[in-house]
Amino acid sequence: MATTRRRLTPYFLLFPGAFWLIVFFVVPMGYMAELSLRSGSLEQGFQFTWQWSNYGDALSLYQDPFIRAFEYAGAATAIALLIGYPLAYAIAFRGGRWKNAMLFAVIAPFFTTYLIRTYAWQTILSDQSPVTRTLDAVGLAPGGHVLATAGAVIAGITYNFLPFMVLPIYASLERIDPRLIEAAKDLYASSRAAFWKVTLPLSAPGLVAGTLLTFIPACGDYVNAFFLGGANNKMIGNVIQGLYLTNRDYPAAAALSFVLMAVIMIIVFVYIRFAGSESLMGEEAVAR
Amino acid sequence: MEAGTAAAPAYVRRESVLRRLWGWLREHAVNIFAGLVIAYLLIPIAVIVLFSFNNPAGKYNFTWEGFTTYHWKHVFSIPELNSALGTSLQLALYATLISTLIGTFMALALVRYQFFGRRTTNFLIVIPMATPEIVMGASLLSFFLILGTPSLGFSTLLIAHVMFCISFVVVVVRSRLIGFDRSLEEAAQDLGASPLQTFWRVTFPLIFPGVLAAALLAFALSIDDFVVSNFNSGTTVTFPLYIFGAAQRGIPVEVNAVATILFTVTLIAMGFTVLQQRRAEHMATVRPQQEGEAP
Repeated sequence: MATTRRRLTPYFLLFPGAFWLIVFFVVPMGYMAELSLRSGSLEQGFQFTWQWSNYGDALSLYQDPFIRAFEYAGAATAIALLIGYPLAYAIAFRGGRWKNAMLFAVIAPFFTTYLIRTYAWQTILSDQSPVTRTLDAVGLAPGGHVLATAGAVIAGITYNFLPFMVLPIYASLERIDPRLIEAAKDLYASSRAAFWKVTLPLSAPGLVAGTLLTFIPACGDYVNAFFLGGANNKMIGNVIQGLYLTNRDYPAAAALSFVLMAVIMIIVFVYIRFAGSESLMGEEAVAR
Repeated sequence: MEAGTAAAPAYVRRESVLRRLWGWLREHAVNIFAGLVIAYLLIPIAVIVLFSFNNPAGKYNFTWEGFTTYHWKHVFSIPELNSALGTSLQLALYATLISTLIGTFMALALVRYQFFGRRTTNFLIVIPMATPEIVMGASLLSFFLILGTPSLGFSTLLIAHVMFCISFVVVVVRSRLIGFDRSLEEAAQDLGASPLQTFWRVTFPLIFPGVLAAALLAFALSIDDFVVSNFNSGTTVTFPLYIFGAAQRGIPVEVNAVATILFTVTLIAMGFTVLQQRRAEHMATVRPQQEGEAP
């Protein structure tokens, strides 16, 4: 009796949470798949007819915002990496007594609502703002506008997801045994060589995690394009949101959501295989 | 170089100053760059606070027109904004309570027990965190649309918020449980405590900081959520949804003031949890030392 109860205890503990995740996360994916294969209209109702052409039609119609989403997300991820890595490095190795304050500054944007942060950028980049006027003066804001350009949307995405880049990189840099870097220098590696051969490979797990945590949400984002972009900067997220909530073309919207998820999963899979082996090689080199 | 050593002393001194400056810049380049990135992270927050004191000429609060505390004195004078805030707080409170409770149970099961289906459960917890929010929101809306019930509104928002909070609660509580010293519980039971007494007197106080941190994270995630809510709200309006709706006709200055208040409150809550965590760590480290000193 007692052993049976002990064996069942974990299942009792798991049940409410697992139930919630299965019913409201896993099952809805199936419903969305079913919805994406329906045909009909909002007035007459949508019937399930294995309408595979929904996928082709939606993709050819919304090809541009689809590709744009990945371009913007890719650009934002690259910029976030380039400015996030030095920051994470400075916090981990040069922070000193400022370390906690710097970490705090990285998460401080999360204390304000996501939409408010993006709205703040709308204010900062608006036509009469000092930033726009400065950019205009150096010729970087054609016609005195920054808003409604690709640059504004990419800047917004970079800003909103930068902490997701910095924190994992910081965590993996923080774990590096400083003796390994000292050893490299004792063995006559220059600072630069020690960084490229020791520090960077050892921080690869954080780098991989950071790029994924930035790229995945960025691909589906539509808030930045809404606040900072114009008609020519719509991302696939804007299209899906509009199709679901305004046009109510549910099958097309569901099909696009599915393709978006599939493409993200493929990119993530390829990336992990590629980058994962790199980071493993780094660890092997150290083990030897 | 050779010319430098042979030239006048003033020239040598100037070169060395330049070189020292260059050396200093190279030495501190990373720190200077980090400082600039931090400024970039904090400037929008400063802009939000600053523009809560603006006195805009039109309906758009984009250009600085002059200082006023008018909007701070009338923060809660927009009925739609107030009700959106009320809905958000209520929603976040319920979502936090439910997700923290069932998430803590899940974390306990995963850390404490070996059972069939453990890997699948871990997978089930990780996947929602790796899914773009828009896909989560869209699939849940598809589900509610096809079922036709419950009708979109507060209840569907609550279901959605609990769903995306669970994973984060599990991860936070689990990290706290892994470093947990089981001998403390065994000691309590050796001293005659019942399992329930052991849980409330020993286990719970020790994991409480973790549970509190998880609850605060869940609350923050819920009150900040826009995308999933946008899809599943029906006609119910939360604070982020209010901002989104107001964006086209101009966001009122009061929103900046409310955002500043929320920022400050979060700051205080965060400081409080950090203190709690420190105290818990202090408790955990002090005890074994005392035991060590005893003999």
